[in-house]
Amino acid sequence: MKTLVWVEHENSLVKDATRSTVTAAAKLGEVDLLVAGEGVGSVAEMAALIAGVGKVHIAESPAYGHALAENVAPVIVELMAGYDAFLAPATTTGKNISPRVAALLDVAQISEILSVEGERTFTRPIYAGNAIATVESSDAKLVITVRATAFEKAEIGSAGAAVASFAGPGDVGLSVFVGAEIAKSDRPELTSAKIIVSGGRALKDASTFAATILPLADKLGAAVGASRAAVDAGYVPNDYQVGQTGKIVAPDVYIAIGISGAIQHLAGMKDSGIIVAINKDEDAPIFQVANFGLVADLFTAVPELTAKL
Amino acid sequence: MKILVPVKRVIDYNVKPRVKSDGSGVDLANVKMSINPFDEIAVEEAIRIKEAGKATEIVVVSIGPAKAQDVLRSALAMGADRAILVETDADLEPLAVAKILKAIALEVAPDLVILGKQAIDDDSNQTGQMLAALLARPQGTFASKVDIDGGHVVVTREVDGGLETIRLTLPAIVTTDLRLNEPRYASLPNIMKAKKKPLEVRALADCGVDATPRLKVLRVTEPPVRAGGVKVADVDALVAILKEVGVA
Repeated sequence: MKTLVWVEHENSLVKDATRSTVTAAAKLGEVDLLVAGEGVGSVAEMAALIAGVGKVHIAESPAYGHALAENVAPVIVELMAGYDAFLAPATTTGKNISPRVAALLDVAQISEILSVEGERTFTRPIYAGNAIATVESSDAKLVITVRATAFEKAEIGSAGAAVASFAGPGDVGLSVFVGAEIAKSDRPELTSAKIIVSGGRALKDASTFAATILPLADKLGAAVGASRAAVDAGYVPNDYQVGQTGKIVAPDVYIAIGISGAIQHLAGMKDSGIIVAINKDEDAPIFQVANFGLVADLFTAVPELTAKL
Repeated sequence: MKILVPVKRVIDYNVKPRVKSDGSGVDLANVKMSINPFDEIAVEEAIRIKEAGKATEIVVVSIGPAKAQDVLRSALAMGADRAILVETDADLEPLAVAKILKAIALEVAPDLVILGKQAIDDDSNQTGQMLAALLARPQGTFASKVDIDGGHVVVTREVDGGLETIRLTLPAIVTTDLRLNEPRYASLPNIMKAKKKPLEVRALADCGVDATPRLKVLRVTEPPVRAGGVKVADVDALVAILKEVGVA
């Protein structure tokens, strides 16, 4: 089977989720990549170093600069004439573009696969991860999004794959990028961090959240996450949210502070290596998944923990 | 301007789903069902646009069993004007749903279609994008802000890195994220009034769409269970554990 993988990139860097997607694609057969964007030559060179990649298509145009689905999907559809499967990481970009590609190809999409069970058989989570479905496709071509935390990252090799330009149809004139507010932080990125410190509604307000959670995260070199309740209450921006509809994370260590553990939150972090929970309610559901739980008032326990580490 | 809002009847947000012992799916017998939370946000957004004087009619549509009339009535009680139920007991995939919605959209001719970004049962997150593709229209997915601006809609999207704003030429498709709005509760008088609003039921066969599934569900299983761990006595014990696992 010949597969085409969407390269997720940001600030001229290939994002790790791409390498996990390559691992999933390699289980199906040969892997080629598509880098779309504006001024993405260095991204293509970097992507070409991912082990196991046969060829990198590069589609460069201002029209592809912000991965607008209306402009990018036709590029993928055109390329798919030569491929049996398209795979994208299940990031907000991948989730935006892939179903558009699937519909244009008249095939079903298989969302957020967790494993490859056969050439046409995959597992995927349903009901916020409370059930796992094994599905088999009967479509001529496959369109798949990949849950990055479920697959190892493909290695970076030394020999670069060939890079070939591809024009695509350009701007189809339906949508325009206006602007973005992208958070800049010196902390590790949530989806690739080894340690995450996450706070919930119990943190009271934005300044208490910052004063309690950030010193601990800084001490551990950890990324900072939050429950939906904390984001809804405005303690932190939306890109901190871990859960079914936020980010899916699987760090080595996840420290949940003042998070009760709603199923929608657990869906986003229960594949973490070790889960530590601090909560004053000893019956909080978070303790049912935590390897280590401390029943305590977070406002005394967390500063003490930060001081003693 | 007309707004079309597709809504899905799903397991209630607060119910923990149970996998059937024969592995054929999730047990929905005698389980509380509700409007998909993201779709409720879509209904609310359409009503707010209408209340701002920028829309004239809100049509809600559901594709599902006869019982899905309940979620349509809820949407009517919130403030939608009329409803269409495409009745079927089949479990349809997003591609089939998008094809049916395309047929409805061509008939209703909305300037804006607002859908939930995903249904909390199959978690597919596909239908809006697929509908946009089939209609060759632009899509503003995962919206946290929607502004109608003449012949355009400006959509702020929740993306992995933060927020992104795009401008789409109408007619367009928008899918909702959690923070777009907080849906209202329907008042008792409005619930009574909703019973008299038009709700048209038609058969799936009348839509002229091939809804044959492309995916076969071989089995549905429980996820691996994470064993609950231990409770530690105090912060010192936690510090010792964090040092042992090498994070401090």
